Amino acid sequence: MKRFSQLAVPYIVWAVIMLLLPMLLIVLYAFTDTGNEILTFRFTLDNFIKFFTDPDFLLVLWRSIKIAFKTTVICVLLGYPIAYFIAFSSDKVRNILILAITLPTWINMLVRTYAWIGLLSDGGIFQQILGIFGLGDTELLYTEGAVLIGMVYNFIPFMILQINTSLSKMDRSLADASHDLGADGIQTFLRVTLPLSLPGVVSGISLVFLPAVSSFSIPKLLGGGQFFLIGNVIENQFITVGEWNFGSSISLIMALIMMATMYLIRKLDAYSSGGRKERD
Amino acid sequence: MKNNRRPVGKTIMILAIIFFYLPIVFMIVFSFNDSRSLTNFTGFSLRWYEKMWNDSEMMESLYTTIVIAVLATVISTIVGTISAIGLSKSRKIVQDVVLQINDFPIMNPEIVTAIGLMLFFITLGVERGFMTMLLAHIAFCIPYVILSVMPKIRSLDPNLADAAMDLGATPWQALTKVIVPQIKVGIFSGALIAFTMSFDDFIISYFVTGRGVKNLSIMVYTMSKRVNPSINAISTLVVLFITLVLVAANVIPIIKAKKLGLKPGQLPGQEGRRV
Repeated sequence: MKRFSQLAVPYIVWAVIMLLLPMLLIVLYAFTDTGNEILTFRFTLDNFIKFFTDPDFLLVLWRSIKIAFKTTVICVLLGYPIAYFIAFSSDKVRNILILAITLPTWINMLVRTYAWIGLLSDGGIFQQILGIFGLGDTELLYTEGAVLIGMVYNFIPFMILQINTSLSKMDRSLADASHDLGADGIQTFLRVTLPLSLPGVVSGISLVFLPAVSSFSIPKLLGGGQFFLIGNVIENQFITVGEWNFGSSISLIMALIMMATMYLIRKLDAYSSGGRKERD
Repeated sequence: MKNNRRPVGKTIMILAIIFFYLPIVFMIVFSFNDSRSLTNFTGFSLRWYEKMWNDSEMMESLYTTIVIAVLATVISTIVGTISAIGLSKSRKIVQDVVLQINDFPIMNPEIVTAIGLMLFFITLGVERGFMTMLLAHIAFCIPYVILSVMPKIRSLDPNLADAAMDLGATPWQALTKVIVPQIKVGIFSGALIAFTMSFDDFIISYFVTGRGVKNLSIMVYTMSKRVNPSINAISTLVVLFITLVLVAANVIPIIKAKKLGLKPGQLPGQEGRRV
């Protein structure tokens, strides 16, 4: 029924104003100098020059990419066995485990991150456990390790769910066939199961890496302001300093890095799934 | 039991569950602590709940969070459903372009969406506060509703509405009595996603708010610098509340399905939140 198509008109207008225009504004602000009067802006590249000539900013960017990379690697290494166990459980157990993994992700992220402060603080459970090994006075809170734990904690469920989905979709008879043809457990895993689950790993990587690069609440809460990431710099520019033009250009740089990463990941995805495209 | 054959896997799984739930359990336990300490449990008390109850900033943030989540969910569910129906009948090119734009808040890192909306409000000269936060929440919730309703509409027979109208239904009746009941499941899970997205949101709210209007996440963020066990108390309430919502969302369809003698479909809580 054609007349129902008119129902979409208000949303088309809304989407252009509330979703598209704000993105264009970031680009506009990034390439203009100060002055928030919409009619008096002047195009400039100064914001980008400022960013790329300041070693401090570059260091923060590098640090953000590094910690996001570490987070992603840990999430793959820990998430894969967990997802593997879930995927090869009976239907009933699998449903319960998936619910158990999903449930915490529905709880406020700030609240969950805040809870780690008590666990990691001086005299907390983790320090007491380390105390058994004679490492009782290791600083945990407000270190890179704490930020890393916070990030893995918040983002690993996405990795587990993605890998689990692709493992669950796998045709079980393929593994049986591999066994029948004489492959042992390890060979079957490396030659059959692992390659078939790679698309899940790849989409898990993008769901972990991207939020990790841009995170600013986790480094603030668990890094205690000493561990500054690119998200914190952006927050600072917008909330504290009020340098919207410079802040926009940093966001744009970050967004471009993310897009490049996504592109590479997609390439990898297409490669690993042998040109078979499942998600768009 | 299959699991008994997999001791290593079982151990990993148990450790994983401990890792996921330790902070939550810890937080709940220490919300009942008698002292200010976050490391030693000195005795049971409800003093932090009392303190939370009397803390106007905390109660206001709770109020703001709930009001915005309810309003954003209701508005975005209605608008999202209507728009999805409209889009499904639009020309392919329109549909593709709008869905592409619709994907922005889902695909973009939240901080980019947040900054975009902040700049938008600044440029318009709108004073930031409750209204801007609500508008922003509606803006990022509708896409999730559309995304969860759209596949259900696509699986419908495209002639369904025409058939209803040939049989004498008005367009409004065709919509509400024929189409909407068929896509109920999608609307419901869209609303659930919208609600929890709004309820939990931090980054976007943080950038588009002003005049001291805070939701729960912003409050936790700004209060986290000093030790304040009332945060544990209010967090415990949040955990309890979200768990109840999810249990209700999971249990109600099962009960309904049992009544009808059907197998329950995919439970909303299992879909994960990122698409």
